[in-house]
Amino acid sequence: MKPYLSIRNLCVTLKHGAPILRSVSLDVSAGQVHGLVGESGAGKSMIGKAVLGTLPRALHIRSGEIWLDGVDLLTLPLQERRKRIGATAALIPQDPLTALNPSRRIGPQITKRLVDILGWHKNAAEDRALDLLAEVHIPDPARVMRSYPHELSGGMRQRILIASAFAAEPKLIIADEPTTALDVTVQKQILRLIADMQARHGTALLFVTHDLGVVSKVCDTLSVLYAGKVVEDARMQRFFMRPVHPYSAALLAATPTYTNPTGSLKPVPATVIEDVETEVQQHDMRAGL
Amino acid sequence: MTLLRLILLRILTTAITLFGVAVIVFVVIRVVPGNPIAMMLPPGATDADIARLQAQYGFDKSIFEQFIIWLGGVMQGDFGTSISLRQPVSMLVLGRLPATLELSIFALVIAVIIGGMMALTGTRYRDTKTEGAIDVTAGMALSVPDFLWGLVLILLFGVLWPVFHISGRISPSLNIDFTTNFYVFESLLRLRFDVWLDLLSHMFMPALALAIPLAAIIAQLLKQSLKETMHLDYVTLARTKGYGEHHVITREALPNAILPTLTLVGVQFTFLIGGTVIIERLFSYEGLGNMAIDAVINRDLPLIQGIVILFALLFTLVNLAVDMLYVVLNPRLRHA
Amino acid sequence: MRDARGDIKRPIGLRLWLSGGWLTLLALAAIFAPLIAPQDPLAQDLFTSRLPPFWDAKAEAGYLLGSDSLGRDVLSRIVYGARLALIVALVAGTLTCLVGGTLGLIAGYYRGWPDRIISRFVDIWMAFPPVLFAILLIAVLGPGLISIIIAIVVIDWTRFARVIRAEAMSQGVMDYVASAQVAGRGRFGTMITEILPNVLPTMVALLTLEMGIAVIVEAILSFVNLSISTDSPTWGGMISEGRTSVHQAWWVLVFPLITLFLTVLSFSQLGEGLKDRFDPVLR
Repeated sequence: MKPYLSIRNLCVTLKHGAPILRSVSLDVSAGQVHGLVGESGAGKSMIGKAVLGTLPRALHIRSGEIWLDGVDLLTLPLQERRKRIGATAALIPQDPLTALNPSRRIGPQITKRLVDILGWHKNAAEDRALDLLAEVHIPDPARVMRSYPHELSGGMRQRILIASAFAAEPKLIIADEPTTALDVTVQKQILRLIADMQARHGTALLFVTHDLGVVSKVCDTLSVLYAGKVVEDARMQRFFMRPVHPYSAALLAATPTYTNPTGSLKPVPATVIEDVETEVQQHDMRAGL
Repeated sequence: MTLLRLILLRILTTAITLFGVAVIVFVVIRVVPGNPIAMMLPPGATDADIARLQAQYGFDKSIFEQFIIWLGGVMQGDFGTSISLRQPVSMLVLGRLPATLELSIFALVIAVIIGGMMALTGTRYRDTKTEGAIDVTAGMALSVPDFLWGLVLILLFGVLWPVFHISGRISPSLNIDFTTNFYVFESLLRLRFDVWLDLLSHMFMPALALAIPLAAIIAQLLKQSLKETMHLDYVTLARTKGYGEHHVITREALPNAILPTLTLVGVQFTFLIGGTVIIERLFSYEGLGNMAIDAVINRDLPLIQGIVILFALLFTLVNLAVDMLYVVLNPRLRHA
Repeated sequence: MRDARGDIKRPIGLRLWLSGGWLTLLALAAIFAPLIAPQDPLAQDLFTSRLPPFWDAKAEAGYLLGSDSLGRDVLSRIVYGARLALIVALVAGTLTCLVGGTLGLIAGYYRGWPDRIISRFVDIWMAFPPVLFAILLIAVLGPGLISIIIAIVVIDWTRFARVIRAEAMSQGVMDYVASAQVAGRGRFGTMITEILPNVLPTMVALLTLEMGIAVIVEAILSFVNLSISTDSPTWGGMISEGRTSVHQAWWVLVFPLITLFLTVLSFSQLGEGLKDRFDPVLR
């Protein structure tokens, strides 16, 4: 099956050359959940940002291709690209506290883009928003639509952001650490909600996280990112039984859910890390960096 | 603290400030060495004449008594009689106030437009040479006060390339019989657009001189605030929804970036109103400030007092208005 | 408010050099005025009235920047005017800094009732239109150099008091201040040894700005004929005369205006530059 999102040899650097992503390739098939795992600083958020065209200004896409629904986004002019992404993809952001505009009511924050960008009728957009808010288990959606963000809890806001992401029936959703900023108890609910919504709407989901436990619950396939490079690309089952890369093994060993309930991080021997680095460098050379 | 207590506290501090201003003006101008009464009489006047007039204006009493009498009058809306113009101070001052208000508000509008454009352009082209050029321009504009900008404008647009009026408030030939002193407002209501345009073209140079430093401050503060807002997640989210950069800046970032700028701009607006004193003089504009300087030169004590109190009241009201606007624009406070 | 700045680093060095250079030139001109000025700045001569500047065909030797309606040499008057401008800038600026800075430091560090009293006065002062206040003071004190200096100190001390109070307040809550007090130093001692050095960069920047403002205030007062006696040359006085005859002899307005403009700009750019230089955080 042809993947819905396909990233090929993506290289992202700082303006003055230091590499952030080194020839990253990954695929997300239609209707599948793909986990993107790595520790903070590995560059996993930058992949999502590169797809959505929201990379920080200091970063620069050197080379590579980002195919979304059969079109290479990087060949499109910026404005065209944003329109295309707006119509086919959506983002569930990390921090629900800063991801809603504090000076606007909730309703317009969900409906306005449907009207502005996608040309919906205002009433249709509002009905849609009410349905979605109900779908993410928000009590009294009509009242919430009239509320300002500061009147709602963090969990509520994240539900609203999830509803908003599904509003235009996107084919791809990128969830950028959607549970990291939340309480542990709320985390589980939100995670289940995202999984449910994904299953019901059949959306492809790129799930960015540092938490293998989370990945094990929701993902079909996963990529492990280490120092700006994909070191392992596998189906879930195979990965948890037999990780190939030493970094993956170390990551897995540090995850409480599966093999090791206590979850202390077993140090990766320095030699192994060196090996990884050499491999990364060799790969760089082959990629012509 | 309840809202009512907050309001009462505010009124109290305003009253104390105005009282303080009144006391200081009263004391300062009564140290004047010259005898203002003697100056208004013809050279042949006798001592008896002087004494009679002094009694009429109350200058024969002690400063404290004079203050109590003056304060009693003020409580009843009577600010005394101008010595040089021999008319009630309240009438004179209120007659000139509209001219100064129109000038200040026009200047504020110009400053907001110029400063806002600079801030938006600087944000749109942030981290480029365009932003650098805007920073340097704003820095220059801020370093030089309105008085000097006024002189520069007179030279440029009054002498070198005379396209604007640099003197007066209205062309004498167009002076229709106004019923109010809000000429700009009234001419618009009476659909006399020729008069309206003439008024604006008279006001443009002095208003621009007043506006330049304020525009620079708005440009700097708003741009800073906008750039901070541009890093926030809801702005990023708006981008992924397919909105263009222009929409993202003006619709998503701007409403939130305005708030921190607003309070500081309020204080700066009172500085602008204070600047009208010398700018009106420079452009021979018949407003409150021009009258104030004449009053000082003529040692017209009641008139000086009235004008200074009015300015102080105006400043306080502007600050109050800004605080209220802040509450209205901030949803967090509106629903609290 | 002047703290708001973009992220782009501006060439601080160039600004410092240009503004410092202009002010040095001006100071030299002021000190050696009798040697530099080609004419007696007060000498009136109706035969040399309204001579144009040197590049005009009708110009006369010895009147480089032309002459005013009374035949006085514009260049000589600018050079002598620099004396008064710089004296006012230095003396009034320093005094304002001392008065306002001290009050601000006390209010911000001691808090409590000293702060309440000083802040109340600042509020009252902020309700005065500063130019009108200055004119009023000169009218009361009578024209003259001392009056101008007093007027500037009286109207502008709040600028220092406000900023230094806020700075002292934010420094006062820092741990290092508490530890200095725990170490047994008195309140006043702590203020001088711990707080003062930290607000000094701001004070120096404000002082430089204030010098520019002092020059402007003097010019404004001369402009409304309230500065010092009419026969000593001042830039404001020249501008005032130039304004009335600008259509007949523009140079009488233009040259003092350019001088004043550059001087004010230099003081403020110097202030900004010094602040960037001295501020340990920005450096």
